[in-house]
Amino acid sequence: MSDTIGRRGFLAVLGGAVLLPQQDADRLRWPSAPGRARDTVTGAHNSEVIKSIERKLKCTCGCNLDIFTCRTTDFTCTYSPELHKEVVALHDAGRTPEEILDAFVAKYGEQALMAPPPSGFNLAGYLVPSIVVLTAGTILALVLLRRDRVTPVPPAAGPGAEEGDGISSEEQERLDRALAEVAD
Amino acid sequence: MTLLGQFALWAGLLAALWTALVGFSGRWRDRPELAAAVIRGSFAVCAAMIVAALALWKGLLTHDFNIEYVWAYTSRNLPDAYVITAFWAGQKGSLLFWALVLSLFGALAQLVTGKRHERLMPYVAAVTCIVAAFFIGTMLLSANPFDRLPVTPPDGRGLNPQLQNPGMVIHPPMLYLGYISITIPFAFAIAALLSKKLDTGWLHAIRKWTLLSWLFLAIGITLGMWWAYVELGWGGYWAWDPVENASLLPWLTMTAFLHSVMIQEKRGMLKRWNLSLIVVTFLLSIFGTFITRSGVIASVHSFTQSNVGFLFLVFLLSTGAAAFSLLYLRWPALKPDAQLESLASREAAFLFNNLVLVGIAFSVLWGTLFPILSEWVRGVKVTVGPPFFNRVNIPLGLLLLLLTGIGPLIAWRKTSPANLRRQFLWPAGFGLAAAAGLAVAGMRDRYALAALILAAFVLGTVTQEFWRGARARVRMYGEAVPLAVTRLVNRNRRRYGGYLVHVGILVYFVAFAGMAFKVTQEVTLAPGETAEIRSPYGHTYSFTHLGVSQYEALNRIVSAANLEVRRDGGRLGTIKSEKRQHVDSFGEKTFEPSTEVGIRSDLREDIYVVYAGSIGGTERANFAISINPLVWWVWFGGVVLTFGGLLTMWPGGRTMAPRRRRDVQAGFEANLAGPDSDAPLAEVVR
Repeated sequence: MSDTIGRRGFLAVLGGAVLLPQQDADRLRWPSAPGRARDTVTGAHNSEVIKSIERKLKCTCGCNLDIFTCRTTDFTCTYSPELHKEVVALHDAGRTPEEILDAFVAKYGEQALMAPPPSGFNLAGYLVPSIVVLTAGTILALVLLRRDRVTPVPPAAGPGAEEGDGISSEEQERLDRALAEVAD
Repeated sequence: MTLLGQFALWAGLLAALWTALVGFSGRWRDRPELAAAVIRGSFAVCAAMIVAALALWKGLLTHDFNIEYVWAYTSRNLPDAYVITAFWAGQKGSLLFWALVLSLFGALAQLVTGKRHERLMPYVAAVTCIVAAFFIGTMLLSANPFDRLPVTPPDGRGLNPQLQNPGMVIHPPMLYLGYISITIPFAFAIAALLSKKLDTGWLHAIRKWTLLSWLFLAIGITLGMWWAYVELGWGGYWAWDPVENASLLPWLTMTAFLHSVMIQEKRGMLKRWNLSLIVVTFLLSIFGTFITRSGVIASVHSFTQSNVGFLFLVFLLSTGAAAFSLLYLRWPALKPDAQLESLASREAAFLFNNLVLVGIAFSVLWGTLFPILSEWVRGVKVTVGPPFFNRVNIPLGLLLLLLTGIGPLIAWRKTSPANLRRQFLWPAGFGLAAAAGLAVAGMRDRYALAALILAAFVLGTVTQEFWRGARARVRMYGEAVPLAVTRLVNRNRRRYGGYLVHVGILVYFVAFAGMAFKVTQEVTLAPGETAEIRSPYGHTYSFTHLGVSQYEALNRIVSAANLEVRRDGGRLGTIKSEKRQHVDSFGEKTFEPSTEVGIRSDLREDIYVVYAGSIGGTERANFAISINPLVWWVWFGGVVLTFGGLLTMWPGGRTMAPRRRRDVQAGFEANLAGPDSDAPLAEVVR
């Protein structure tokens, strides 16, 4: 019996010598301290197509990040890795990026997109700021152009004013210096 | 100590309300002793807030976990520096910090403002005190930092790991200082409206304050970007998050004001516009606090939420209504002294600059609120993230950069075509040379290309301005160029400091353009394994996993992954990224593990390594590795901008008596008789 045990013990030590170092050498002292266990990175993680799709889709965990940013940033999030798998599955099923985005909108609603689609009411979101700035700018320019025509004003001698306005070069230099010092 | 804190809050509230009541009633105008009492009232509020703040700090430092706030944001094993800064880690402490700094600024404004503005000062005291009363009242009604728990826990919950970062020690106070100091210009604006003293006097009184607010906001925003970059781990520094947007909004309108106020000082125009900008800037600073505290919009930066949002909304609406009603009443008295005369004038350039700055502010506000609008109008929730903001704001930002280069090249009132040609020759040449260089280098990203070309144009403008000014001094006085530049800047700090700020802004734009070429790759590496990434500059970086070490620190278990980094085969060193599992003083886990990013930065690009986690609890680990071009220049841009801002507001330099300043308001006067003569031979413009 003891012989058997001894033989088993010997085999265990031998097995341990061969196997255990390979299993435990890189085993962490506090395995859960780095957070949730990760899956091995696959080609899909670094696919530019997958990344570009994920950058257009919002993670549903409640953060304001897109799926790609969330899964590569918030390593406590359990949603973004699953959403990534959904994107990869749809892509592997032969769906185009547009179809994948549509599938997410159908499943999670319009808020699944990182920016609202530029159609219907959403166009107001995209166009109102530009229209306001352009309209105000146009009105301002038209008013100033009209004043330009009706009130001729002698050109001001600002910094860098043209020489030869009836003053000597020495006076021009002094003028330049004085203007450089006073004009804001 | 909480009793003392509570008492101080109540005393501060009563003093603030009394000061505001008497100040606004205007009875002090007939009674000098009452005017002095109103001003002393602002000192009393300040004293009460100092006492309240000291009481809270005492509670934090003595680990009085019976105070709910101390329990919620600290623990026994939290490093002392973070125990002190936990003061503003939560909402209740932040509100007390607001009230403290506001009362300090209010008292300081009374101390440093000259006698010639004494008619304004009781009103200024009243406005600062009414704002302080709102914050103190909000604390007492629904967010009291001295609330006690029914029992005393043995330890606190600890501070959110993301806030345990040097950036969070300094970034929130800077941002708050910016937000809060806006109250002083706002108070002067309201005081000018109430007292009908609507000349440029109040503008001179607030010049330093507006610059100070603007500078604090700029520093706060930049530090916030730095914190996001080094702490959040997503490899960027700006995500158009609502809280980020909220900090940008008052900065944009304040920047517009700092430009348009020059037109009022020089030409007596835009009085209504400038007052509106000050009021809007103040309201936006309150709005920022409202959206971050109310929970009406989700944000990764909102570490606290409560019902104070409703109180902020009421205050925001009532203050806006009161301020704009007052402005409307004084509208006839705010007629401009002159009119804009030409499209080709510096005034027009500044106006367009204002239009674009306010336009960007509007588009940011519009985008931030669009989800609410969409839900209200259509009943459909939408997300407005970076793709939206980039699409709308990048073109406006580039237009702003163009105007930054154009403004200084155009003379006041009107510029002749010949002058325009002369002024634009070199800066435009700079821009074209940059365009040619970038085309040869093969750059194709249109926004990055536009940003870099326009940055070169602005740099050309600023260089030309320095060069011409220095050359004039060299010719007149025979000074060496460095001395000429120094004296040039020293003689007109406001102007040349402003140019340095422009340089800071263009550096920001160049850095932002760099992020268009960011490269990110995820890898799984066992110890000894190597991954390679090609950078946008064509370098090949290799990363060899050296292993994960684990150790206990003060309040955490650290898992540190080390990578050896080589560039094109040459060893650069090692980069360490950590996972930190925070624990309380009993060794119990307090938060989810946080990430500490490993960064190696140089002038061209940052290597940005994030230890994402382990495979099956082993040293085999996942990494997210990014190469981020030109990030260093964001921080450098911040330094240049800060230096320029400080130079602009530094005391001294060329001074002019107020009377004389009014006389030359519409133009400038040059002495052609020589440096030693006092006889003005040519009055150039007017």
